[in-house]
Amino acid sequence: MKRLFGQGHVAVWVALLALIVFGALRYDNFVSAYNLSSFLGYNSMFVLISVGMCLVIMTGGIDLSVGTVAALASVVAAQLSPHGLAVALPAGVAAGLAAGALNAGMIAGLRLPPFMATLATMLAAKGAALRLSENRAVPVDWASDFTKLGMNKIANILPWTMLIALIVVVAAWLIVQRSSLGRTVLAIGGNAEAAHLMGLKTHRAEIFVYVFSGGCAGLAGVYLASGYGAGQPLEGAGWELAAIAAVVVGGTLLTGGMGSVPATVAGALLFGVVFNLLNFENGRGTISLSAHWQSVIRGFFLLVVILLQVRLARPAAKK
Amino acid sequence: MSLRPDRQLSGLLVALAALTLLNVIITPNFLNMQTLAVNVSQVATIAIVALGMTLVIASGGIDLSVGSTMAVAGALAPIVFLSDWALANPGLGLTASILLPLIVAGLCGLFNGVLISMFGVQPIIATLILFISGRGIAQVLTNGNLQTFTNPSFTWLGTGRVFGLPVQGWIALVLTLILGWVVRRTIYGRYLLSAGGNERAAVMAGVPVARVKIATYVIAAVLAGLAGLIVVAINSASDAARIGQLMELDAIAAAVVGGAALAGGRAPILGTLLGAVFIQLMGYTLIANGISDEMTLIVTAAIIAVAVWLQRGRRA
Repeated sequence: MKRLFGQGHVAVWVALLALIVFGALRYDNFVSAYNLSSFLGYNSMFVLISVGMCLVIMTGGIDLSVGTVAALASVVAAQLSPHGLAVALPAGVAAGLAAGALNAGMIAGLRLPPFMATLATMLAAKGAALRLSENRAVPVDWASDFTKLGMNKIANILPWTMLIALIVVVAAWLIVQRSSLGRTVLAIGGNAEAAHLMGLKTHRAEIFVYVFSGGCAGLAGVYLASGYGAGQPLEGAGWELAAIAAVVVGGTLLTGGMGSVPATVAGALLFGVVFNLLNFENGRGTISLSAHWQSVIRGFFLLVVILLQVRLARPAAKK
Repeated sequence: MSLRPDRQLSGLLVALAALTLLNVIITPNFLNMQTLAVNVSQVATIAIVALGMTLVIASGGIDLSVGSTMAVAGALAPIVFLSDWALANPGLGLTASILLPLIVAGLCGLFNGVLISMFGVQPIIATLILFISGRGIAQVLTNGNLQTFTNPSFTWLGTGRVFGLPVQGWIALVLTLILGWVVRRTIYGRYLLSAGGNERAAVMAGVPVARVKIATYVIAAVLAGLAGLIVVAINSASDAARIGQLMELDAIAAAVVGGAALAGGRAPILGTLLGAVFIQLMGYTLIANGISDEMTLIVTAAIIAVAVWLQRGRRA
C-alpha cells in the first residue's frame, strides 16, 4: 500500500476523501448515479492529460502544448467521425502522438528548452486546429458509433472514457515503478547529466514522455469530441495549467526526479471535486458564487496546497 | 561574453530590415503613416509587458500572471474614474484612476515575488496562482460586465498622438531606454544579472537575492498594469474576461526572440523591444498579404523555435 500512495503523497488522498465525505453528507444528490457519471466523464480528460504531464515533469520538463493538442485532436476526430469510432479514435490519438513527437524532436533532438519548444507546439497546434476546422466547432456525426465512447457508461455510472483513462494510468504507473524506462525517467529529472554518463538511455526516455503526453492529450481530445458532440478548436485553453496544478498538488516537484502517478490522479480529481462541490453549493441557493468566484477560489486552493507542501518539504530537505 | 548578445541583436536587426524591405516591395500602402501607427499601437502593449518579462526571465524566473494583472488594473481604472468622487474631482480622479491600478498591480507582483523568494515556490507555480485567480478577481470587481465609458483624458493613453505616433509607442520606447539604463548602469541591474546567472554564487557574494527578485516581479507587474490601462484606453471599454489574454505567451515569445535565455542571467532590453516588433511585423506581413490568422500562429511558433535554437547553437 505504501507503494500505491507513495511517501508524502498521503495528504492529497486524505483531502480528496474528506471533500467527498463532506459532499456526500451535505448534498442530497452528490452520490447519485448522474453526478458520479458526469463527474467521472468530464474529469477523465483531465486525468489523462495530468498523467501525461506527470511523466514529463518527472524528467524535469514541462508540456505546455497539451490543451491545444487536445483541441486539435478533437477537431480531427470530429471530422472523421462519420467513419466511426474505429477510424476517428486512432486518428485523434495519432494527431496527439504526432504533436508529442514534434515536441520530442525539438527537446531530445535539437536540445531546445522544453518550455519554449512546447510553447511553439502549443501555438502551432492551435493554428492547425483553427485551419482544419475553418475557425468553427466541427459537429460530430451522431449516426455513427463515434459518440458511444463519450456517452456510454458501464452500469450507468462508470463512463468508458474513465475506464480507459484508468488503464492508461495503471500502464504509466507500472512503467514508472517497474521498468528501466521509468527509472531512467526519474533519473533524468534527478540529474540529467549523471543519468546520461551512467549510460542510461536518456534520449529514449525523454522522447517517450513527450510522445506519451501528446498521446494522452490526443485521447483527451477524442473524449471531448465524442462526449460533447463537437470538435472544438478553441477548447483546451488553460488545460496545461490545470494539469500542472494537478501534478503539483499530487506532490510531484517541478524540478523532477520524483513523483507519483496515482497522487497526480488524486490531484486531478481533487480539483474536479472542488468544482463539483461549488456547483452543489450554488444549487442550494444559500449563496450564489459566480463562475468568477470559482476561479478565485481555485487559485486560493492552489495557494494553500502549495504553502502546505512548502512546509512539509522543508524539514525533509534539511535531513 | 558581451559579444554574443550583441551578435544576436544585430542578427535580429538584419532580419527586421529584411522583413521591412520585403514589405516595401510586396505589401501595398506599406510606407505610410497609417500603417506605422497601427503597428506601433498594436505592438506597444506587448513590448511594455515583454520588458518586465525580460527582467523576470533574467532573474531565472517566469511570470504567467501578467495577463491577469493587466485585467485587474484594466478593470479597476474605470471603476475609479466613474465613481462619484472622481466625477466631482476630475483631476484627482484621473490621477487616482492611473495610480491606484498600478499600485494594485504592484501588489500582485509583490505576492508573486514573496512566494518565490521567501517561500521558495517555483516561479511557474507561484505565478500560476494569480494567473488562475487574478482574472477572476477582475471579473468579480466588475460583476463580469463590460464597462464602457467616454473619458477623453484617460483614453489619450491609448488613442493620443505625439509627433504623429501613438502615445503608447512613445511610452514603450521611453521604458526601453530607462530599463536599458537600469540593467546596465544601476546596482539593481548588476544584482539582477548575477542572481539570475548563478544564484548561489550571488547569495555568497552578498547580493540581496530575495529583495532583488521581489523588486523584479513588482516591476514586471506594474508594467503589466500599465499595459492593462492602455488596452482599456484604446477600447474606451474594459472587459475583464479579455484584457491581456494570452499576453504571457506573447511577452515570453518577444523576450526570447529578443535574446533572453530562460536559464537567466541575460536581460537584452533593446532585443526584447525588437523581438516584439519583429513578431508584430511578421504577423502584419502575413495578414496584409491575405494569409490567414491561423497561419500566423504557426509562423510565430516556427520563429520561436528557430530563435531558441539559434541561441542554443551560440551557447554550445
